[in-house]
Amino acid sequence: MPEPKSAARPLSPHLQIYRPMLTMMMSIMHRITGVGLYFGMVLLVWWFTAAAVSDGYFELVQGFFFHWFGRLVLFGFTWALIHHALGGLRHLLWDTGRGFDLRVVEWLARVNLAGSIILTVIVWVIGYGVKP
Amino acid sequence: MSMRTPYKQTEGLGSAKSGTGHFWQQRMTAVANIPLVLFLAYFLIRHLGAARGEIVASLQNPFTAIFLVLALVSILWHMRLGMQTVIEDYVHGHGLRLACLMLNGFFTTALGVAAFYAIFKMSFGV
Repeated sequence: MPEPKSAARPLSPHLQIYRPMLTMMMSIMHRITGVGLYFGMVLLVWWFTAAAVSDGYFELVQGFFFHWFGRLVLFGFTWALIHHALGGLRHLLWDTGRGFDLRVVEWLARVNLAGSIILTVIVWVIGYGVKP
Repeated sequence: MSMRTPYKQTEGLGSAKSGTGHFWQQRMTAVANIPLVLFLAYFLIRHLGAARGEIVASLQNPFTAIFLVLALVSILWHMRLGMQTVIEDYVHGHGLRLACLMLNGFFTTALGVAAFYAIFKMSFGV
């Protein structure tokens, strides 16, 4: 198959040309949280495999997760998961053809951001209730 | 030398070399993830700081083990599709892109097999 010829066509304006907006940032955050969760899944699989190996190894892994650094990573993971999940719900709403009105879009972005923070705190309050 | 016309060679193939399958599977796993991730989160919070024996005991319940495996299948499938899109957007060299797409498949498959092995081992209690 012949290589397509590259003509000198004008490029469409890209990210650096636009004023940062909340909806744009939320779109970028959706992707960043997705990538973060992708690599963070190693931790979940690590935890499961450790539980299948031995008491000693499982305690070592638990020690990592209950260390302040482990908690910090898990807190970030929780927020990323909830942010990405709420963002996903927005996308599913848009898939039905609804919610494209600019005021609705802006409102959804704010709810997504605020909701992700509030729900993360709630999950951690419950978590500390289960295990201080 | 192929006797096919250039049109025939590209028919139905987007930049991802497939049609709407990617989009559909991405949405299907997204919807499945809603209840499955909620279940996974419930399971994890319930077992915060639990001893290994408690987790093994919980996994002896077939429903718990099955729903955890379903959750991991849906999550890992969704992850692979998402990362494929990210790679196709940002990795431009043909060879490097193919390598990244392949690693994406290896990574998500390896995570899945490791997790299933662990869950099945505890669930079957052997």
